[in-house]
Amino acid sequence: MAKITYITHDNQNHTIEVQNGLSVMEGAVQNDIPGIDADCGGGMACATCHVYVKEEWFDKISAKEDGEEDMLDMAFEPKKNSRLSCQIIVSDELDGLIVNIPSKQG
Amino acid sequence: MIKTDALIIGAGPTGLFTAHQLKLIGLECEIVDNLDKIGGQCIELYPDKPIYDIPAVPECTGEELTNNLINQLKPFDIKFHLNERVDEVKKDNDNWIVKTNNNTTFLTPNVIIAGGVGSFEPRKFPIKDCEKFENKSIFYSIRNKKIFENKTVTIFGGGDSALDWAVELSKNSKINLIHRREEFRAAQATVDKVYELVKEGKISLFTRYQMASIKGENTLESIDIKSDDKNVKTLKTDYALGFFGLIMQLGPIANWGLNIDKKTVEVDTEKFETNQKGIYAVGDICNYPGKLKLILSGFHEGALAARACFKLARPNEKYRFEFTTSSKTLKDRLGVKSD
Ligand SMILES: Cc1cc2nc3c(=O)[nH]c(=O)nc-3n(C[C@H](O)[C@H](O)[C@H](O)COP(=O)(O)OP(=O)(O)OC[C@H]3O[C@@H](n4cnc5c(N)ncnc54)[C@H](O)[C@@H]3O)c2cc1C
Ligand code: FES
Repeated sequence: MAKITYITHDNQNHTIEVQNGLSVMEGAVQNDIPGIDADCGGGMACATCHVYVKEEWFDKISAKEDGEEDMLDMAFEPKKNSRLSCQIIVSDELDGLIVNIPSKQG
Repeated sequence: MIKTDALIIGAGPTGLFTAHQLKLIGLECEIVDNLDKIGGQCIELYPDKPIYDIPAVPECTGEELTNNLINQLKPFDIKFHLNERVDEVKKDNDNWIVKTNNNTTFLTPNVIIAGGVGSFEPRKFPIKDCEKFENKSIFYSIRNKKIFENKTVTIFGGGDSALDWAVELSKNSKINLIHRREEFRAAQATVDKVYELVKEGKISLFTRYQMASIKGENTLESIDIKSDDKNVKTLKTDYALGFFGLIMQLGPIANWGLNIDKKTVEVDTEKFETNQKGIYAVGDICNYPGKLKLILSGFHEGALAARACFKLARPNEKYRFEFTTSSKTLKDRLGVKSD
C-alpha cells in the first residue's frame, strides 16, 4: 500500500491509498479522480494518463521503458518531469508520491 | 439518402463482426468510420502487437485480426464510408436519420454504435489561439501541398509524419522543424535525411523546444517557441503543421440523447439497446454491469444487437435461429455449397 496524492489542475488534492501492484493510473480511475482519461486502458498507446511527477520523486520511480518517451511526444504539454501514470506501478517505496494532473489530456 | 436496415458507426473489430452477423441473418448494413482505414484501435494503435486472447486464435497481431475480420466479410457486399465522422442522429418516425460530416445521409430503423473510445481525431496544439487559424494557416494533415510552395513552414513533431513532411516540403519551402527532445521516433533513413538537410541549410532544426505562443491578425505571422530552460525564440512563419498522432474523442456521440457515463453508453444486456429505441451500443463504448473491454465481448454484443435489429427492420417476419454448419439459407448467403 502507498498513499498517493493527485493534484488536479485546479489545485485540488486527492490523497488515496493505492494497493501495491496497481498502476498510478488505475488508482486514479478506480477512485474517480478527474483528469486522467486512460483511453487505452494502460496499453501505453494513448498518452491520456499523462502526469507530472514532483521532482523529488522523479528519480525514485522506475525508469521509463522503451516507447514511453515516444508516447509522451504526443501528450498535452509534456515537460521534463512528465510520465505516463499507467507505467508507474505502486509499491511500498512509493508511499507519499505526489503527481500533478495536467489541465487537459489532449 | 441511403436506405439501409442497420447503420454501423465504427469499423473496429466489433463493428466488423456485427456487420457479419447482420448480413448472415439477411439484413443490409453500411459502416462509417472517421479513420482512413478499417480496424479501429487494432490497426491504429497496435497493428504489430500480438493478441493472445481471441477465442480459437492462439496468437495474431492487431493487423492480422483486422485482415481476418475483413476476409470473413468477403461473401458479403458491404459499403464502407471511411474518412467520415457521424455527426448527427435524428429521429424520423420509426427511423433514424444519420448524417456525416461529409453530408452523407442514411435512413435506417437501426443505428449500431461500435465507436470504441470515440472517433480518432488529430491531436492539436495546446495553445488556444491556434483554433482561429485552423485549416487556414495551421494544419494537422495535408490535403494540398502546393499552398506551401515558396513559403515558410514550421513543423512540430518527432515521428514519421513530421519528418516525412519536413523532407518533402523542404524541396520548395523554407522549413523549421521543432521537437521537444533530441531523439526522433521516425525511420532511421528519414532521420538521417533530415540531418543532411539541416547541414545543407534547407531545414532549421530546433530540438528541446515547444510552441509557447502565436501571433497574427488574419493569417499567422510568427510563432514563439520555448525551450526546457525557458529560452524563447521567435520564428517568422506562414504556416504551422502539428503532427502529434491521433486521440480518441467521444465527440458527437455525446449529443444524441443517450445515457452516457464516463465516456461509455449504458445498454441492456439482451439487445444492447440504449435508452433510445433502435440505437444500440456494442464493444468498448457500451457499459453494463460486468462489462469487459475485450474484443471477444464486442463479438458477443454485436451478435445480440444484430438479432434485435431484425425485429425493427423486418417487423412482419419472424427471426429463425440457425447454425451456419447446417442451414441452407445461411450457406446460400455465405456463398458456400450445401451438402
Ligand atoms: C495497446 C492495446 C492492446 C490491446 N490488447 C488487447 C488484447 O490483447 N485483447 C483484447 O481483447 N483487447 C485488447 N485491446 C482492446 C481492444 O483493442 C478493444 O477492446 C477493441 O479495439 C474495441 O473494439 P471496438 O470495435 O469496440 O472499438 P475500436 O477498435 O475503438 O473502434 C472504434 C472505431 O469507431 C470509430 N468512431 C467512433 N466514433 C465515430 C463517429 N462518430 N463517426 C465515425 N467513426 C467513429 C473510431 O474512429 C474507431 O475506428 C487492446 C487495446 C490497446 C490500445
Ligand atoms: S492509459 Fe493509455 S498510455 Fe497510459
